[in-house]
Amino acid sequence: MLNVGKIEEGFVLDHIKAGKSMDIYEHLGLDRMDCTVAIIKNARSKVMGKKDILKVECDINTLDLDVLAFIDHNITINVIKNGEIIEKRVLELPKQVKNVIRCHNPRCITSIEQGLPHIFFLADEATETYRCKYCEEKYAER
Amino acid sequence: MRHLMSPLDFTVDELDKLFDLAGDIEKNPGKYAHSCDGKILATCFYEPSTRTRLSFESAMTRLGGRVIGFSDANSSSAAKGESVSDTIRVISCYADICAMRHPKEGAPMVAASKSLIPVINAGDGGHQHPTQTLTDLLTIRSLHGSLGGYTIGLCGDLKFGRTVHSLINALVRYDNIKFVSISPMELRVPDYVTDMLNEKGIAYEEVIKLEDVIGDLDMLYMTRVQKERFFNEEDYIRLKDFYILTPEKMLLAKKDMLVLHPLPRVNEISVEVDDDPRAAYFKQAQYGVYVRMALILTLLGLA
Repeated sequence: MLNVGKIEEGFVLDHIKAGKSMDIYEHLGLDRMDCTVAIIKNARSKVMGKKDILKVECDINTLDLDVLAFIDHNITINVIKNGEIIEKRVLELPKQVKNVIRCHNPRCITSIEQGLPHIFFLADEATETYRCKYCEEKYAER
Repeated sequence: MRHLMSPLDFTVDELDKLFDLAGDIEKNPGKYAHSCDGKILATCFYEPSTRTRLSFESAMTRLGGRVIGFSDANSSSAAKGESVSDTIRVISCYADICAMRHPKEGAPMVAASKSLIPVINAGDGGHQHPTQTLTDLLTIRSLHGSLGGYTIGLCGDLKFGRTVHSLINALVRYDNIKFVSISPMELRVPDYVTDMLNEKGIAYEEVIKLEDVIGDLDMLYMTRVQKERFFNEEDYIRLKDFYILTPEKMLLAKKDMLVLHPLPRVNEISVEVDDDPRAAYFKQAQYGVYVRMALILTLLGLA
């Protein structure tokens, strides 16, 4: 088993669906941040069989993790400070997601207007339905 | 600053005020003939729509204001590749209020987010056409006397017809309305509309033949089967003549049933019905001007 050392301050994102850690790496914008990141793919898991883990060493106020709930609300977020877990964060579906998913409606203004952010709002929490802010088309590929 | 993107942008109370104003404009047009002196309306129409554009132009002209604009994308800078955001920033320097029609859904919302002047959505693809809904509501309120307490039949293309979806969404805010949808199976109202009606506990019925229910209706809202909504010509030809309102069918209807239609009509209402006093669709076009006048005054803060 691969060993990755403890982090002093940051996040450990656990129970990521196996193979999905790179998607999350990109969604969180970690490629643009100058911090230490460990990506563990296909780690053994009693519950999941295989899982991915992301360890991010950074100031805990610098990352917006709301988007994770949209991608996969089963991810466990451990917040680390001084080498200890200080919080296990419960994910709630974000009210709005910006530039995470794209509207596929060919009649939507996002298909032609340059530089327009793709914004989806939570239309129905029970069914986890998101709709495009501009054309209100339902996001279907979840 | 206020814009109009969807008919639900206004509360029921705000709509009442708007319709009261429209009613006063109808009775005392002279009082408002100079209300917009010195003001300019920009009509930015990225796709042709003679009726809606002329209705806006008429509304602003009757208020004493002036109108500038374009009536299709080819005669605008959009043909050179200018974005909606850039266009509205420039239009904001030229006009005091803008009515925008665009084939892309959500374009007026993008414009509103960058605009320095009020933007009215004058139709965005198959999405919203709020001034049509306001027109329908004002017509019902003026001719029926109130916006609640009747059975309304919606006939024709209920699947693709955005005016119908918009009207249902607006009417569910009023009391005691029963909806009867009259359409072929293929063109029934989408599930999300019937789900919403079920959720709110609002009575509705779905039937196939107009003759079966026309006698129960206080209002009949006819719609056109739009050719551009179909993927093939064959389906269009098969369905377009399904629901034609004729003098014979009108004999089965109540004596005071109102016939509404967003226009343009193709052949879904035969011309013989036009002289029937219950035919309200041309009056509806007149109410469209009054409601746009009231809207312009309201958004410009001149009401």
